[in-house]
Amino acid sequence: MAHSLTRKIALGGAVAALALTGVASTAIAQRDPAYAAARSSGKVGEKMDGYLGIVGTASPELQRLVDDINIKRRAVYAQRAQQARATVEEYALTAGCQAIAKTVPGEKYQAPDGTWQTRTSAAPIRDPRCP
Amino acid sequence: MHRRFIWMGAVSALAPVLSGCINVAAPDEPIVIELNVNIRQEVIYRLADDAASTIEENADIF
Repeated sequence: MAHSLTRKIALGGAVAALALTGVASTAIAQRDPAYAAARSSGKVGEKMDGYLGIVGTASPELQRLVDDINIKRRAVYAQRAQQARATVEEYALTAGCQAIAKTVPGEKYQAPDGTWQTRTSAAPIRDPRCP
Repeated sequence: MHRRFIWMGAVSALAPVLSGCINVAAPDEPIVIELNVNIRQEVIYRLADDAASTIEENADIF
């Protein structure tokens, strides 16, 4: 009787712990290691239009990674754009401004002339309309 | 009368074709990609804060 109660409590605790980690992992979702590596090595960069781009030659693996992220980004943009009564392109371009501003030194971003630039400690070259 | 109208229509339709060849010359200055030129700055400013929080909330894909 006592034994079964202890087991029940232990089980309950385990379930609660699992639920907590589940919540925590969604709240602080981190970049996938492959994506993080591609970013820091400059294989991918932030484009002006709010999507991720491949900087050098595209391997099928890298293409899949970029496509996967861009599909997810587009879904997020579409949802938020609708709430903000804007078009997906308007929202994506704004997010592009912000994403380029948030790049860290060493990462790649697209300048207004379309060229890929490496972010330095200086401010990135952005579209003149960016806030 | 009716035939004359048809004739005039045919002439006006052909006019752009007959007006000579089109010359395409490369510009001297570098080509600058004007991305979404129709998107106005005020729209971007209005969406800026919202877009910033979207990036924060979806850190895994940004």
